[in-house]
Amino acid sequence: MDKNNVSINHVREPLFHIAKRDRIAKPKAYAIRTVAILLSLIVSAIVIVCITGLNPLDVYVSMFKGAFGSNRRIWITIRDTMVLLCISVALAPAFKMKFWNIGAEGQVLVGGIVTAGIMIYFGEALPTPLLLVIMLGSSIVVGAIWGLIPAVFKAYFNTNETLFTLMMNYVAIQFTSFFVAKWENPFGSNSVGIINSRTKSGWFPAIAGQQYLLNVIVVAIITIGIYFYMRKSKQGYEISVVGESENTAKYAGINVKWVIIRTMVISGALCGLAGFIAVSGVDHTISTGTAGGRGFTAIIVAWMSKFNAFVMLAVSFFLVFLDQGAKEIASNFNLNEYASEMVTGIILFFILGCEFFINYKIIKRREDK
Amino acid sequence: MNHDIAIKMVGVSKYFGEVVANDKVNLEIYKGEILALLGENGSGKTSLMNMLSGIYFPDEGQIYVNGKEVSIRSPKDAFDLKIGMIHQHFKLVDIFSAAENIVLGLPADRKKSKKDVIAGINDVCDTYGFEMDLNKKVYDMSVSEKQTLEIIKALYRGADILILDEPTAVLTPQEVEKLFNVMDNMRKNNKAVVIITHKLHEVLSISDRVAILRKGSFAGEVATAKANEQMLTEMMVGEKIELNIERSEPQNSKKVLDIKHVTCLNQYGMPAIDDVSFEVYSGEILGIAGISGCGQKELLEAIAGLQEVSEGGQIIFTDPDTGHDEELIGMNPRAIKEKGIALSFVPEDRLGMGLVGSMGMTGNMMLKNYREQSKVFIDRSSADELANKIKEELGVVTPGVDTPVGRLSGGNVQKVLVGREIAASPKVLMTAYAVRGLDINTSYTIYNLLNEQKKKGVAVIYVGEDLDVLVELCDRILVLCDGKVNAIFDGRNVTKDEIGLKMTYIGKGDVQKNGQK
Repeated sequence: MDKNNVSINHVREPLFHIAKRDRIAKPKAYAIRTVAILLSLIVSAIVIVCITGLNPLDVYVSMFKGAFGSNRRIWITIRDTMVLLCISVALAPAFKMKFWNIGAEGQVLVGGIVTAGIMIYFGEALPTPLLLVIMLGSSIVVGAIWGLIPAVFKAYFNTNETLFTLMMNYVAIQFTSFFVAKWENPFGSNSVGIINSRTKSGWFPAIAGQQYLLNVIVVAIITIGIYFYMRKSKQGYEISVVGESENTAKYAGINVKWVIIRTMVISGALCGLAGFIAVSGVDHTISTGTAGGRGFTAIIVAWMSKFNAFVMLAVSFFLVFLDQGAKEIASNFNLNEYASEMVTGIILFFILGCEFFINYKIIKRREDK
Repeated sequence: MNHDIAIKMVGVSKYFGEVVANDKVNLEIYKGEILALLGENGSGKTSLMNMLSGIYFPDEGQIYVNGKEVSIRSPKDAFDLKIGMIHQHFKLVDIFSAAENIVLGLPADRKKSKKDVIAGINDVCDTYGFEMDLNKKVYDMSVSEKQTLEIIKALYRGADILILDEPTAVLTPQEVEKLFNVMDNMRKNNKAVVIITHKLHEVLSISDRVAILRKGSFAGEVATAKANEQMLTEMMVGEKIELNIERSEPQNSKKVLDIKHVTCLNQYGMPAIDDVSFEVYSGEILGIAGISGCGQKELLEAIAGLQEVSEGGQIIFTDPDTGHDEELIGMNPRAIKEKGIALSFVPEDRLGMGLVGSMGMTGNMMLKNYREQSKVFIDRSSADELANKIKEELGVVTPGVDTPVGRLSGGNVQKVLVGREIAASPKVLMTAYAVRGLDINTSYTIYNLLNEQKKKGVAVIYVGEDLDVLVELCDRILVLCDGKVNAIFDGRNVTKDEIGLKMTYIGKGDVQKNGQK
């Protein structure tokens, strides 16, 4: 047959096509991630040189120093990691159930409001250990209520939980603004200021000289607890079944409405607790920025970790590291924040993007002989 | 063969990732001949034909139409080559009439009036013996009418080569006969007809030649006149197979379920099952026949406690051992289980209802009894044991009991589900389309499992679509039509045609309604 003729006649498939991988060997997955990080550093370096003319290596070193340059910085990195981790762990059960809880931001805020309120009103009257217990309990309760409301509507009226939880955020933000105005200190500053700055009443106490060690302990307990709850408990099993298919859950005799409500109460309660940590253990004040978008960042953390509580630790840590690093290079090199955020954006892009290559493979067209 | 070759496929291969759908298949299709393309599910019949209809493009090999090499890149290319394919899922516009659907997408021809078009379509209908009201809207049509419309559409557009993908799967025996008449007329008109099927008796009754695919490869061809069921099965499966379904006499039958005046409404408030009454006995297999969507799903779900039943109905379970009666209506599956009523249910939607696709066999074994464990944390060891036992006994092909069952093939998924339901030692075992999509070997494994249960004294309910199997397997056959019980036959004294008739027409005088005899 005339070869030329064949090739004209033969319209082939596209040069590449994409197929889902069945599974991938662990080492290969890590190799892909490593390559992605290296690539991201190279691309960032090019961007840094082109835009700022700085030596990219200097920038990277300063980034690293920003997160780990001193004992204090290391602890700040740890402290921020813990809050983000706590919110991520709180979200995991809801998302595992395919309940799109976009409302962590609000759940954290309401937890923070009651914590701040208790610190302000009872700070003088009660000893700190008792205060901490009361704040812990009340932040859990209000967070749970904030999670309960959309869950009840979802369970009984099948409302869209994404919109509902999102709207609840705005309610929480307005509440926060209201209380900030009410508790304004000093008058006219439009902020609450550091609460009990003199007595440190209601603050997380330093343990073994470390101011943030209690944060680590509390979050570690929650993380380990949720890990076993999700993996080993009956309730965790029910969450997986409901998340996979409500019909299967009903078929198995699971009370779907109850599971939805119960899970969202847990999710909201832990978010409220994160608000307690953020106010009592970190900021010692309350503002509309207390949650600081971490309610949304935590969604990324939870999904990237496939709801594994321990992977969440690594992911939260990495995101906080990038954030600290970006702040450092911004101040060190007199860049505006946008330039440094570009660098972290590029790194994130590569790391998230490489998940595509872990889940899918690209197949080249077979060559005709 | 004294016919002209219409299509010749040479060394055609198609890959989907690692999966080989077709491996160097050579096939010839002749004019004036009906070719049956036979093979089990997943043997590559449809993907091979999709390369002729322009849906897939072959990775290797050549296709010749009327002796000329062609490349078919799109359904339009196929069309220009006068190849028409009738897919399993119809491609019709619901709110258009038959005539509108036929001309839809044809190049505008101003010279043709609507009258001419209608005349042209009627011409086609007369030639091949179709009965079709051209003004009828598609949404008013039955499945069979829609299929007829698809065929008319292809023929009107001038198709010389017609490919029918499992056309009989959705038809009653009477409708199948009509279709076969039409196919016969096409053959007489020198068209090339390909029928994709896995039903052997159809192959034998309609085709001239059989081509068999096995695991994507061409496994041979044979003139129908020289073929028989046993031989075709062996070519299809690649090994010798016993084709008889055994049917023992029911032993020691006792009434287990008494269903009286049960009505369920669908989401639009219309009755999905309408005043249904019948009885189910231990030690027998009760078959349920009916066109799809006639209330089979709702009926089983009502018994299983998954469907709300309207006021006035009763579903009484009588424990065959103790004689104790229990009303099932108002209980959910959990309550039924807690009452100690061993009711097993293999639902139609295996991964969407019966199993959790993302969990392994072990996780799925726990689905119905994890709650019985007393502790907060789950002990997986007994489920793990059961999973391994089922894997062993039913020959489930899986890399491990923790591999997500969603990744297993359809047959293995069904083995996991049926295995779990049987392991619960049920008193009543309900199955919906238990062998749909399964290969012959697995299907027979399932029939044997059901028969074993019957011999153990279980009341088995078998909702099926293959009337041949229903007639061979079941002791009694209940026919549903439009949500009503239209007949209950003795499985040993009934023909497919009798069942088929009851599936489509509500009988006037002879409706058997058990509860109000």
